[in-house]
Amino acid sequence: MGSEMISIQNLKKCFGDNVVLKDISLQISKGSVVAMIGPSGSGKSTLLRCINLLTIPDAGVVDVGGQSIIFDGKNTTLPKARDLAKFRSRTGMVFQHFNLFPHMTVQQNVMEGMVTVLKTPKQEARAVADALLQRVGLSDRAEAYPSMLSGGQKQRVAIARALAMKPAVMLFDEATSALDPELVGEVLNVIRSLAAEGMTMILVTHEIAFAREVADQVIFMRDGVVVESGPPAIVIDNPQKEATRSFLSRFKNSVQ
Amino acid sequence: MYQWDFHTLWQYRNIIFIGFGYTVGYTVIVVILGLLVGLIAGLCRLSPKVYISGPFRAYVELFRCTPVLVQLIWFYYALPILTGIELTPGMAAVLALTLYGGAFYSEIIRGGVISIDPGQSEAGMALGMTQFQLMRRVVLPQAFKRMTPPLVSQSIMQLKNTSLLSVLAVPDLLYQGQIIAHDTYRPLEIYSLIAALYFAILLPATILAKRLEVKMSDGRGA
Repeated sequence: MGSEMISIQNLKKCFGDNVVLKDISLQISKGSVVAMIGPSGSGKSTLLRCINLLTIPDAGVVDVGGQSIIFDGKNTTLPKARDLAKFRSRTGMVFQHFNLFPHMTVQQNVMEGMVTVLKTPKQEARAVADALLQRVGLSDRAEAYPSMLSGGQKQRVAIARALAMKPAVMLFDEATSALDPELVGEVLNVIRSLAAEGMTMILVTHEIAFAREVADQVIFMRDGVVVESGPPAIVIDNPQKEATRSFLSRFKNSVQ
Repeated sequence: MYQWDFHTLWQYRNIIFIGFGYTVGYTVIVVILGLLVGLIAGLCRLSPKVYISGPFRAYVELFRCTPVLVQLIWFYYALPILTGIELTPGMAAVLALTLYGGAFYSEIIRGGVISIDPGQSEAGMALGMTQFQLMRRVVLPQAFKRMTPPLVSQSIMQLKNTSLLSVLAVPDLLYQGQIIAHDTYRPLEIYSLIAALYFAILLPATILAKRLEVKMSDGRGA
């Protein structure tokens, strides 16, 4: 086993009476790619959002790259806003609906985190942004505004924006779900190249075939618990649990 | 048939000019201060902490739900009795119009901020921005674009409300007009002129605001 990059212990989250995460624990080693699959409402997106604390867990421990934050379930030791912000800056998040800043150009979107949060000098940030945009194949759109881009282009900018923070891990929350089918491929290609470079990533996805291709580990969740976890050859191709089998049967066509 | 006579007004041009200056000057002051108060009140009302949002909510409702003329008179006549602090008519006017305008501005600003997609805040938070950075860099620049039309409307109201200063004998456009009317017995002409002057200030201002709005949305979708 490599060193642990992410460690989650006894994570719990409720929204009112609705228990979304029931005592989740998992370890993710450095450089691994984890795909989280499961029906909607299974808690996979909430779990992902808890890892960068966009959703504050009720209880449990979240550790990313050796920095841990403990939630005791009483709201008494809620970490300071500044510490939360610092913690979040070390994880990159890519959203289903891109959430690019519409009042900034593509280049400014990528520079924003560096300039505002990391206090990188503008010139240096611009150089990094241009390199990242080249990497996601959008050098020629640096001066465009997000409204002028296709969905696939927007998502690639969003990935570049997250990478600009030099995050320890990248989190993808259904990054291709809002895209037209013909635009999914260009985004998956970028994710694939990140995986090849050894970026630690967690993907919440409905792209089962893609999960099988790039993931080292697949986590199947249902009703707020991890039902099954392991290499894709087992969880996707040869699931041990009935719940996993019945969920995957709906994707049979895309798997074969 | 009434005989219009605007010629007699010419000799009062200096008095009108002074009134014009007071009206524009007080408007600039109460718009700027009102926006400042409105920004603070609007943002504080968004706080999840009731001990922050509560007092500002009370302030907004108090000043939204009482007539500005009553506030004006209250600040000038009642406040000194309660506190012992004498206010000049000008100070009372600035205080009342700032707080009155601020209450409405704050609702516009609060509404504008709420209208921004929560995904924008989440994206900023995911980058590690603090609440302050999020407001300054992400939310307010987008919200202000949407707020511009109602903020302009409210500022127009601010200008027109300065006409109430005449009640406290502040020599604004309307007060000067009243003096001239008493002097000339030509109320029709002078009030027509005053109305035209208000219009002459505000129409170009609205055209300017419209230009600004168009310029701000150039090439950028929502």
